[in-house]
This record gives sequence, structure tokens and C-alpha cells, in this order.
Amino acid sequence: MARFFALRESGILLGLIGLCLILALARPAFANSYNISIVVRQTSFVGMVALGQTLVLLTGGIDLSVGFIGGLAGILTSLAMTGLSMPPAAAVAAGLGAGAFFGVLNGLMISRVKVNPFITTLASGEIFAGSILVITGGYPVLNLPASFQFLGQGTLAGVPMPAVFFAVCGLLLAYALGNTAFGRNIYAIGGNRAAARLAGIRVERATTVVYLLSGFLAAFGGILFTSRMSSGQPTTGANWVMPCITAAIIGGTSLSGGEGSVLGTVLGALFMGVLANGIVHMDISPYWERIIIGLVVVLAVVIDVLRSRKRSRS
Amino acid sequence: MEELVLEARGITKRYPGTTALDDVDFDVFKGAVNVLVGENGAGKSTLTKILAGVEEATTGRILRQGKPIRYSSPFEARNHGVGIVFQELNLVPNLSIAENMFMAREIMRNRFMIDHERQESEAAEALRRLQLDLPPSTLVSSLGIGQQQIVELAKALHGDVDILIMDEPTSALSEQEVKVLFEIIVDLKARGTAIVYISHRFEEILEIGDYITVLRDGRLISKARIRDIDIHWIVREMTGEEEKPPVPRRKSLGGALLEVNHLRLPNFSGGYKVNDVSFKLRKGEILGIYGLMGAGRTELLECLVGAQPDATGQIVLEGREIASSRVDQRIIDGFSLIPEDRKQQGIVQTFTIAENMTLASLSRYTGRFSISSAGEGRAVDDMIRELAIKIGSKTHSIFSLSGGNQQKVVVGKNLLTNPRVLLMDEPTRGIDVGAKKDMFDIVRKLTDEGLGIIMVSSELKEMLTIPDRVLVLNKGRLTGEFDRSELSQATLLLASGSK
Repeated sequence: MARFFALRESGILLGLIGLCLILALARPAFANSYNISIVVRQTSFVGMVALGQTLVLLTGGIDLSVGFIGGLAGILTSLAMTGLSMPPAAAVAAGLGAGAFFGVLNGLMISRVKVNPFITTLASGEIFAGSILVITGGYPVLNLPASFQFLGQGTLAGVPMPAVFFAVCGLLLAYALGNTAFGRNIYAIGGNRAAARLAGIRVERATTVVYLLSGFLAAFGGILFTSRMSSGQPTTGANWVMPCITAAIIGGTSLSGGEGSVLGTVLGALFMGVLANGIVHMDISPYWERIIIGLVVVLAVVIDVLRSRKRSRS
Repeated sequence: MEELVLEARGITKRYPGTTALDDVDFDVFKGAVNVLVGENGAGKSTLTKILAGVEEATTGRILRQGKPIRYSSPFEARNHGVGIVFQELNLVPNLSIAENMFMAREIMRNRFMIDHERQESEAAEALRRLQLDLPPSTLVSSLGIGQQQIVELAKALHGDVDILIMDEPTSALSEQEVKVLFEIIVDLKARGTAIVYISHRFEEILEIGDYITVLRDGRLISKARIRDIDIHWIVREMTGEEEKPPVPRRKSLGGALLEVNHLRLPNFSGGYKVNDVSFKLRKGEILGIYGLMGAGRTELLECLVGAQPDATGQIVLEGREIASSRVDQRIIDGFSLIPEDRKQQGIVQTFTIAENMTLASLSRYTGRFSISSAGEGRAVDDMIRELAIKIGSKTHSIFSLSGGNQQKVVVGKNLLTNPRVLLMDEPTRGIDVGAKKDMFDIVRKLTDEGLGIIMVSSELKEMLTIPDRVLVLNKGRLTGEFDRSELSQATLLLASGSK
């Protein structure tokens, strides 16, 4: 039992279970399978983005451009299918490739030119956001092929497809972080960059790869959402940055780097999804949603500060 | 000339576990340069901090013109006329000279507005006196180190300061800048300012000093007039009896291991941090590097391990010229660095003992994709046994260990990369006596296995007893090379401090 509470993820897991119990008791409709599949599907889009954000946060960085990378990748994928008549598979691959490329640009700026990650991704996010508007003129891209819509709307053995992709990406990432040298290096870079460098870790290269993955996963989230909406919406991703960082942080990822996990982020994303869904079920005005989420984040970071203070004392 | 302006009487300062100063008296004469010397850990900086109000003495009194005074902050010390220039510059680079000089005691026009005009005119006056011909609105970031030092002086002297403490003011200055500083000191003396001058550089002390006080192990050893003494007197008083190294380490060394030719590291503000250094290292040899702060010791080791991309020169390891320039490649070549600052550069604070230990050698345990936890665990267990590290469990946080055992984990991390040359920067800093002994037992054992070791230490005793040979650096240049048999404290000190 004591070991359970020593885990970083125990807090968010208990919080999630508690929240679900309260909602299920207060509103039985919350717990039916239809609603659960809605929650899981909705969680998966931002959850995918949060996975990449977690990697970035682990190195001690931050990626504010993820939402717009997701949005731009969704638009590019849509246009590849409608404008260039590419088959959906090729268009999705192109969209994912574009996301990875945008991520590499962020990564090179941060690791080689040594511009602070906050500024770099704030600026590049604006460029991506503006690109969406320039390309679309503000209008959605319509008439996407039906086969493409399976990605966001279909199910596999009753599980919504976005959740399947979210789970697969989460598992792959969790394995990589826990079992490969690449994963260990990411934790080391966030834990102590100077020590990592002297240990022979190629800090610049690893940092670039991390932003690449963040861009790739953001694009994945954006493309799935585009499929879900059956259209390339210029607003896709515009408000994803806050929830993806929130998911990581309430899942136990430290903003100063070096600590956190994929499991925590997945739980954090689910918590956020359940919270948003619960607000609707409890007939709370949706205007309150952001206040409540803000309070949850404050609570989570205070817990993080207290935890690291306790550690530095010991 | 013989007027005492400040007297410290019976100053004792205890920290938990140690006594830094034990019943020390110190006199400061008006219009004179009062020099304070001692080895590292002798208590110089503690005494300085007490005089400047940074720390309070546990017991003891401070008399100002014969009257006891008390102060407990640098601000209050200033009100008693005591100013200090710390060894590290404490200027804000993005503010002007005038703004720095008046920081936290700005001249106000009214309650809210700073009177920039008056500040700048007073600053200009102060700069003129110190012969720094620059407008006071100049940004500090555009000044050279020597000029910044003069701004520090102006800042410390401003107001009614007539006692000025200078802690190693020349350690970062060029020869030309030192000349300017000395002219200023002579001028200040003539105006009656008392100067407390801390330095490791004996020739400087003899040139500029009037009185000298020697501390050793927290106690007052001797006081003298500079005109009555010479360098040998200072060395003798600082170090106690001249002692020869104990058991001479005379074992047969192996063949050539490393050859370094014309190693240079440019300093971005001009000049070199490491200036044309060449040396050789044999298998099984321990080479000591001695020098004062800023002599380029750490930089030399960083050049060898590839952490200084701007370094130039030739490095030949076991007959093969090293072409690589990155740390990861140099580790494969056979170099490994145990850094000076364990917390900043040695350990990853968020990692366990085992994760810290394998950080530099992960490729050894990695298969196609993943790290073999069995292989990793075995390597860690072996190293823990070999280095006799005292741990609860290897999965505990690195912080569960004492400083000495943390340092052993760092050593283990370096050894797991199978180095040919182990670079150790202050390997015994911040660890207790028992752990120091363990550390050197490990070092000796490693040399038996043919490893070459280059060790930097500021502890004279370690330099005299551990290495087979010692190189002395001074301002980036190699100024001495001594075989173990020729080593003495005096030779090292003289080589490190002379011009």
C-alpha cells in the first residue's frame, strides 16, 4: 500500500476514480457505455497531443505550438485528399510527415540556435496558426472521402478508433521511455542537462527528436479530429495547448523536467475528459469549465511543488 | 601611519561540526594595505565575511577607532565605513555603471523618482578618481573584466567608506589591469583609506602590501610588516613546517599513454583560458594539475573530454591521434571526466543510484531496442562491490547517499565506460576524511590496472601525496612540472602564483 502511494501516478488515479464514482452516483447516465465511449473518444484527440507534450516537458522544455501543428496537419491532410486527390492513406502520411517536420524546425531552433523553448514555440505556433488561415481563407475544407472518416468515427471491437490509436501510441511511448536508452536519456536531460552532456548523451540531437515526436503526435491528434469532424476545420487545435499541458501536469509531470510518465498523462487526460463531460451532466454552466480546470491545475502544481520541496529536504 | 581603524579581537566562528575561526585577532591600519593570507580552508573568507557583515562571529569583538561596534549585514557595515569587493563580480550587466553603483541606495528626487542626473554626476566624479574614463551611463555588459572591477570598487567606496576589503581582486585581471588597480590602491592609501587585501599571489603581496597576517587552520599564526619578510617566510608561515611527501610512490610506470600538444582554449573576451599546454602521461601514472582559481585547470580537463568545442591542439591516445570532438565520441575513445561540481554536473538528482551509475554506458546493456535490466543490474552490482559503496538498495534515490558515496557512484559511472584516461576534477571536494581515503585507494588500484589518471585538486596535501608528477598552471599556461621527488608546498605555491 505504501508503495502504491509512493508512485507519482497514485494521486491522479485516485482522483479519477473518485470523480467517476461521484458522477456515476449523482448521474447514472454518466456511466452508460455510450457516454463512456464519448468521453474516451473526446479524450483521445488532446490526449495524443499530451503524449508529445509530456516528452517535451520531461526534457525541461515546453511546446506551445502543438495545437496549431495539429490544426495545420489536419488542413494539409484534407487538402491533399480534396485538392490533390491523394488516397487517404498517403494524405495521412503526408500530414503526419508535415507535423514531424514542423516539430524538427522547433527542435533545431531550440537545441542548435539555443532560443528558449517558450519563445520558439510561441512564435512558431503563431506562424502555423496564420498558415491555416492563409491556406483556407478561414473556410473549412469539405467533402472528405468516406474511408478517411473511419479513423475518427469508426470503432474496433466497440472501441472508438481514436482511442485505439491513443492507446497504441501511449503503449509504444511508455515502453520507449521505460526501456530504451533514448527514454533514459530524455529523463537525464530533464533531470540534469550538464550531467547528461558529460555522460556523453547527445543532448541537442535528443532534444530535436523530442520536438519531432511532439509535432508528429500533435499532427496525429489533429488528423484524427479532422476525420471525426468529417471536414478540415480552421479552428482545429486552437485551444489544445492548455488542456494538453494540464493533462501532463495533473498526471504528475514536473514542469522543471526529469519527472513524469505516460501513464500519468493518460490518466490526466482522462481526468480532464471526465471533468468536461461531468460538467455537462451536472448541468453546470459550461462557462464554469475553464475556472474549474484552472483550479485543478493550481492544485496539481501546488502538490508538485510540495512534493519536490519534500524531496530536496530529504 | 600607525593608526588602527579597525580591530577584530578574539573572533571565533563555529559552524555545525567545525570551527572555522578560533580566537583570531586582526588589525587594520589606516592608509595601509593590510594583507590576509592562508591556504584554502584557513579561515580567510570567513574572517572577511565577518568584517563585511555578511556573517556574524560566534564570539569576539570588533572595534572601530577603539570603540566596540556591532553590525549584522553588509548594509550596516557600510554605515560603519566598511565596504567590500567580493572575488566574484556582483554587477547587473544590463544596467548602467551609475545604476549599479547606486543599486539599493538610489539617490531620490522625491519618494518615487530616481534622480538620475545626480547619480550620474556623482558616479562620474567617482570614476574620475579611479581613472576610469567612461560615461556613467555606459552599460556594464559592454565593459571588460578589469573595468567592471573598477566599477565594483567605485560602488564599494561610495559614501563614507574608509575601510575597503578586497577578496582576491586580481584573480580575473590581466597584468595591465593589475597595474591600473595597484595605481588606484596607492592613490586610495594616500587618501587614508585602509585596505584589507586577500590574495594568493605572493609577488603581488610583496609589491602592494604593508602589513601581513597569516591564518592557518582557523588560527592566527603570525603578523608582520611586509618590508621585514620575503616569499619564503609567507610560505613557511602558511604551511607550517616544510614537509616532504611521506612514502615515496616509486613503482614502475607503463609505456606512453597520452600525449597532448599545444592545447589551446580561446577565451571569448580575448586571450586563452588554456594557453599552449603540452604534456605526456604514462600508463599507470597519476598526474596532478595544480593552480589557483582561474588558472585553467577545469578547462584543461574539459578540453580533453570534448566538452569545450572551441579547443584546438593535438591529442594522441595510445599512438592514435584523436579526431573526434564530441563528448560521446571522446568517451568511446577512452576519456572520462569526474566533474568538479557533483550536484551541478555529476549526478542526475531525479535518478536512482543504479540509473546514475549506468548513464554514461547505456549502450553496453542495450540490445536491439531496449536496455537489458539484467545486464544493467549486474554492472551496477559489480561496481558497488568493487568500489565498496554503502547503499540500502540500488533503486533508492541518489540522495539517500552521503556525499562520499554519491561521489563513488559518479566514479562508478565513469569506470563503466571503460576509460583509458580518467580525468578527476577535485574528486574529494565535499566528502569526509574516510571517503577521501577510499577515493585514493580506488585511484591507486586503478593505476595498477594501467589506467592513466589526471587529477585536479586545490588541496596542497593531496598534491604532495597522491600524484607521481604535478603540472602547475598559471593563467592558462604551464608554469611548472615537478616529479614527486622534487615536490614541496613551496615549489607548488611559487609556480602557481608567480608571473
